[in-house]
Amino acid sequence: MSFQPVKFYQTGTFTVGNRLLAPEERSVQASAHRFNSLTSGHRACQGCGEALGARYAIDAAMEACHGQLIAANATGCLEVFTTPYPETSWQIPWMHSVFGNAAAVATGIAAALKVKGRKEVRVIAQGGDGGTTDIGFGCLSGMFERNDDVLYICYDNGGYMNTGVQRSSATPPAARTATTMAVGPEPGNPFGQGKFVPAIAMAHDIPYVATATVADLHDLEAKVRRAMELHGARYIHIFVPCPLGWGTDSSDTIRIARLAKETGLFPVFEAERGEVTAVLKIRKRTPVEDYLKPQKRFAHLFGEHPRSDTIARIQALADKNILKYGLLAEGG
Amino acid sequence: MLKQIEGSRAVAEAVALCRPEVICAYPISPQTHIVEGLGEMVKSGELKHCEFINVESEFAAMSVAIGASAAGARAYTATASQGLLFMAEAVYNASGLGLPIVMTVANRAVGAPINIWNDHSDALSQRDSGWIQLFAETNQDALDLHILAFKLAEELSLPIMVCMDGFILTHAFERIDMPSQEQVDAYLPPYAPRQVLDPQAPVSIGAMVGPEAFMEVRYLAHAKQMQALDLIPQLTTEFKTQFGRDSGGLTRTYCAEDADTLIVAMGSVLGTIKDVVDEMRTDGHKIGVLGITTFRPFPLAAVQAALRDAKRVVVLEKNLAIGLGGIVSTNVRMALAALSIGMYTVVAGLGGRAITKKSLHALFRKAEKDDIELLSFLDLDQNAVDKQLERERNTRRCGPIAENLLRDAGIVAARNY
Repeated sequence: MSFQPVKFYQTGTFTVGNRLLAPEERSVQASAHRFNSLTSGHRACQGCGEALGARYAIDAAMEACHGQLIAANATGCLEVFTTPYPETSWQIPWMHSVFGNAAAVATGIAAALKVKGRKEVRVIAQGGDGGTTDIGFGCLSGMFERNDDVLYICYDNGGYMNTGVQRSSATPPAARTATTMAVGPEPGNPFGQGKFVPAIAMAHDIPYVATATVADLHDLEAKVRRAMELHGARYIHIFVPCPLGWGTDSSDTIRIARLAKETGLFPVFEAERGEVTAVLKIRKRTPVEDYLKPQKRFAHLFGEHPRSDTIARIQALADKNILKYGLLAEGG
Repeated sequence: MLKQIEGSRAVAEAVALCRPEVICAYPISPQTHIVEGLGEMVKSGELKHCEFINVESEFAAMSVAIGASAAGARAYTATASQGLLFMAEAVYNASGLGLPIVMTVANRAVGAPINIWNDHSDALSQRDSGWIQLFAETNQDALDLHILAFKLAEELSLPIMVCMDGFILTHAFERIDMPSQEQVDAYLPPYAPRQVLDPQAPVSIGAMVGPEAFMEVRYLAHAKQMQALDLIPQLTTEFKTQFGRDSGGLTRTYCAEDADTLIVAMGSVLGTIKDVVDEMRTDGHKIGVLGITTFRPFPLAAVQAALRDAKRVVVLEKNLAIGLGGIVSTNVRMALAALSIGMYTVVAGLGGRAITKKSLHALFRKAEKDDIELLSFLDLDQNAVDKQLERERNTRRCGPIAENLLRDAGIVAARNY
């Protein structure tokens, strides 16, 4: 196959067009022979970050294990929009049990495969942030500490979107949800709450932990590939904007995800055995306002009475991440 | 082979003979010895081709079993009491998905107040979960029922709880007849799943079903349990051919043919009841027993046939449907719907309260004269209850109920030693 040996980036996106890359560097999705594990026709909203993230992640995993993959799925948007029986968008063996047990179901699948000697078949579990950081957290931690041979993928859109946009422990401070209302002296989700599960996953000393966003799908695919090279408990936390829950334009999903990374609010890194091994540096440092302003869930910060104090607190969180994870390029 | 061993060990060895492939273990009394026994067999290499997984909760135990079963492995776990309630969401899920998991329930009371001793509240709370429920009378029964359960579960693609009385059976050392591996292999074929997660033939399991078909899916679960009413007697006959013992079945009667008074019960208390019946028969009382082995599906026809000629039925049950009475008697009542037979519910043995022959003698003799209430409580200390009720009338902030009752009873833990 011929290709253009020219470095060329799309204006403002830092994304290289696939046709300009060497074939081996191209996205799995660029291939006509991609698996389409999560195939078209599902019922996700326009611009759904989770659908995009799942399509790339699962196809990359399928590529890595030559199509020998089984998935366990927590209850949530991904489960509901892909499988209204008798239709299913999954072209891989896929199972949904209940909301809080995807990690444990995956452990069971992995145990069955091990006892049957089917080493070639790999197991993933997946869920949203509610199914991962809240209700499924016990099973997730159990799977981690036993180092079960499962890759768990969390699609983090910062809330319970399937039930109508309620707060989860991954909802960011100040964000309006149906249960963190944009009213009162401190509107939105309180500061000083919530948890960052990638850091907790690292504390389990598991072989691999990574974060990614749908703004850099090459990076996402590379992380899934790396995870699939390893065995034992692995965790990838993907930042996936939700146009419905965040009040963003469907066409803005990737831009918003990029801004989360470029502001430092969502650190993108990978870690092996509890130690950070690589960080995706900020390319163009951006103030948090640029990320917050296009989202209706933060509209109360920019209304008639702008809350520069709250915005400053969010900026401080971004700055803390930048320092903690070393997100700025040398001299950046 | 005859052995003198603990009930839990007998069950562990019987389960091992069934060649389970994934066992999930989480400790809760009184089932713990069973999974400990199995874990030792896996670790020592005695039980091969089996994954033994120490999980972080009963909810995870059932969830791991669900994943393992859906991926084609024969899966087993054991629990009791709070553990069964903690896994309840996954319990319903396993049966809804039609996964033939076998689980021992070492029957124990459900708190609060926390209590580790035996009654049937735990298993009966899950009676409508879609699981088949078999109740063991003896330790031989318990180990035999496990072997039968794997075969029945996989035949119907339904999960089964084998219920055995906590401590009374699980911790009792009794003589049992342990079958050989060859016998069990001849009875129980390898697991051939009806649905399996396999990259060679991808399926989606557990997706959403709306009003268009949900009712039919649920009805099919019911229809499959109805099939079990035919299948259980058949497998019981096959069991006898292979192992030479009567085990399983839907119901079992004792001295019932000419009985005016029939006592209905489940589990180990049947032994005590039979002893009392023997003694009363010597004195000329026309009394007999109906033991229910299969509680789900509930064998309406068999129960009706066994009870139809009695003058009265006494259901002695180790559970309390608070606000109503007894769960077993509510079910028995359905079997007697068309018959005009008097029925009494006696709640007994809650939280391990001993059910003595002396109390049963008195109860049955009164029952024969129709001299008991429709709902009564065996050996209930009415004075203790009245005292607390009075306290509640007189003092608003009268403190924790359980503590008050124990103080009234003069039981102070520190003083017992």
